[in-house]
Amino acid sequence: MSTDSVSPDLELDALLDDRANRIIVCCGSGGVGKTTTAAAFALRAAERGRDVVVLTIDPARRLAQSLGLNELDNTPRPVEGIDGSAGGRLHAMMLDMKRTFDEIVVEHSDAGRAEQILSNPFYRSLSASFAGTQEYMAMEKLGQLHAQGDWDLIIVDTPPSRSALDFLDAPNRLGSFLDGRFIKILTAPAKVGGFGAFKLLTSGFGLVTGALGKLLGSGLLSDVQSFVSALDTMFGGFRQRAEATYKLLQAKGTSFVVVAAPEPDALREASFFARRLAEEKMPLAGLVLNRVHPRLTDLTAERSLAAAEQLDVPNPTSAQSLAGGLLRLHAERVEVSRREARLAERFAASHPGISMLRLPAQAEDVHDLDGLRAVTDAAVAAAG
Amino acid sequence: MTTADSAAAKDWAGVRLHVVTGKGGTGKTTVAGSLALALAGRPASRRRASGPVRTPRVLLVEVEGRQGLAQLFDAPPLPYEERRVATVPGGGEVWALVIDPEQALLEYLDMFYKLGAAAKALKRFGAIDFATTVAPGIRDVLLTGKTCEAVRRRAQEEGRTFHYDAVVMDAPPTGRITRFLNVNSEVSGLARMGPIHNQADAVMRVLTSAQTAVHLVTLLEEMPVQETLDGIKELRAAGLPVGGIMVNQAHDVVLSDAQLKRAAGEGVDRAELATGLEAVGLDRPSVVDALAVLATEHARRVLLEQEQRESLGDCEAPIYELPLLTEGVDRVGLDRLAAALRDQGAA
Repeated sequence: MSTDSVSPDLELDALLDDRANRIIVCCGSGGVGKTTTAAAFALRAAERGRDVVVLTIDPARRLAQSLGLNELDNTPRPVEGIDGSAGGRLHAMMLDMKRTFDEIVVEHSDAGRAEQILSNPFYRSLSASFAGTQEYMAMEKLGQLHAQGDWDLIIVDTPPSRSALDFLDAPNRLGSFLDGRFIKILTAPAKVGGFGAFKLLTSGFGLVTGALGKLLGSGLLSDVQSFVSALDTMFGGFRQRAEATYKLLQAKGTSFVVVAAPEPDALREASFFARRLAEEKMPLAGLVLNRVHPRLTDLTAERSLAAAEQLDVPNPTSAQSLAGGLLRLHAERVEVSRREARLAERFAASHPGISMLRLPAQAEDVHDLDGLRAVTDAAVAAAG
Repeated sequence: MTTADSAAAKDWAGVRLHVVTGKGGTGKTTVAGSLALALAGRPASRRRASGPVRTPRVLLVEVEGRQGLAQLFDAPPLPYEERRVATVPGGGEVWALVIDPEQALLEYLDMFYKLGAAAKALKRFGAIDFATTVAPGIRDVLLTGKTCEAVRRRAQEEGRTFHYDAVVMDAPPTGRITRFLNVNSEVSGLARMGPIHNQADAVMRVLTSAQTAVHLVTLLEEMPVQETLDGIKELRAAGLPVGGIMVNQAHDVVLSDAQLKRAAGEGVDRAELATGLEAVGLDRPSVVDALAVLATEHARRVLLEQEQRESLGDCEAPIYELPLLTEGVDRVGLDRLAAALRDQGAA
């Protein structure tokens, strides 16, 4: 490994202990272990004395149970079984996206109007579909937890999207749609007609709604229209809310952690995300390389395979087959570890200065507090 | 498990649309790519003894716009255009198409309304953006609609009925697949009539027919397996045809049952291990230590995998096992997976 492409170590305990850090966002592409990482960080921070809430999106059933999350009720629940000797506490909650959306509606409108919105077919599809709503609601919930002010550290897991960037883009997309020009045109056609300067716009408008009406069926457009006009008077625009939360992400005290598996796809996403965060002036605390396979001895793969072949005799003894099998396994491990190291090196070379934390792969699924502790303990021990 | 009989018969002989889903991180795109290669590697055929030889042509479709297929086949980023990305010995071809919902919508509007300038107006007002990104379900109809068009497209040349012998879709993840494919129920509440509604009906006819199979890629780990089982239930409830379960990155077992049990519990018999290593001059404490740690990890992993494999067995779908590619995924690796799929009768 050349010295110019080694990432500095991410000092996990320094990150978690610093009381100036109030929000840690764990992001990354789907299937890289964001939820486990978020939960493991939250547990460690709590046991080191922080008052922590972890917002998870879609935890494995048994992990959820071990955190005391038996139902999706959108309320932080205290986690039992943590070591509180340092004075910390841990709360956990699972995001219920539809309920979060419903709550915003109910909170900001009178009963009659809320009912009208909640039963609108377009709203029902929008609030239950995954296309951006989950990301938007995760941000919304983060904003709420922050405003509540009951915790000194909020750790957020992000929705399981294909791309890590969806998390940043979806709220804005939904916000700008709901508050945008298209909606204004749909809901207030009368305002733009009449004057000469608007003639062109008006004919453009007719073309638009005409074509869309034909394509989608006029029912959809009128559902959208009634949904948006009900929403419009209710509160000061979705975009404003989205922008407020976006600002929170840029504020001091917020750090991002990008989680990636040591695979080309996941690291490519991590790379995009790191660049994007820099552009948006959002602070990246570091890269978590999850499920790495450390090399356990300096015996080479070649020597190991040669020895295994030597042991590959007809009718081997139990000792021969045991040693042979494990030597093959070791050779495979060296290959995997070498490939992972190359990938990490490449990331380090294109992102100099981004610190890295390696979480070793666990032999079994992590589904209890001890398992979560083992994840960060092993990482901190390995980083020395 | 696949039996020798079904392997000989080829499990999905009548299927022309293979939808490949799986939880994020399970290798869905890799499996879709190798399935396409396996299908393209089927023997060439003739419709009539004197007719032209027909080598398989397979289309691989990407619907999430991440350029995963280009990466997989080491090609430059793919446009919204069918391009050949691989050939296999015997002459079979794999083509790839990245479906862009916005362009699919414009293409569609143009086909039905000859829009021209109006398309620009739609775009300027954010209507296209609305239809393809925000309006729930419509994006899905466009993506599945374009895919079904490729499935049904007639051949121009003599000797074949369809332009593509098979279409493989690198589909959205398991958690979203039923919703994604079940476009009918998704848009029926929204677009109650009009071309999108009709399109959804036409798409549903293809997706629920015997020429479609939805395969689920999983690892032998708790969460992907649970998602696979849930996904199968949801697909069946929606009347969508469940295909096979593709177990990816299965570990070879290198220890006997007794050794596994011991290694997972109290740990491997170090004296026995040292004896075995002595014969090859490697009985150093550092090597014995490292191999003992590996043995325990391996044993726990294998026992967990066996447990997960058993729970997959309950759902009555054929299971195919794909080896772990330790060298990383490249064309050599994809061909290895394709061969494994063919040997087990999946293609």
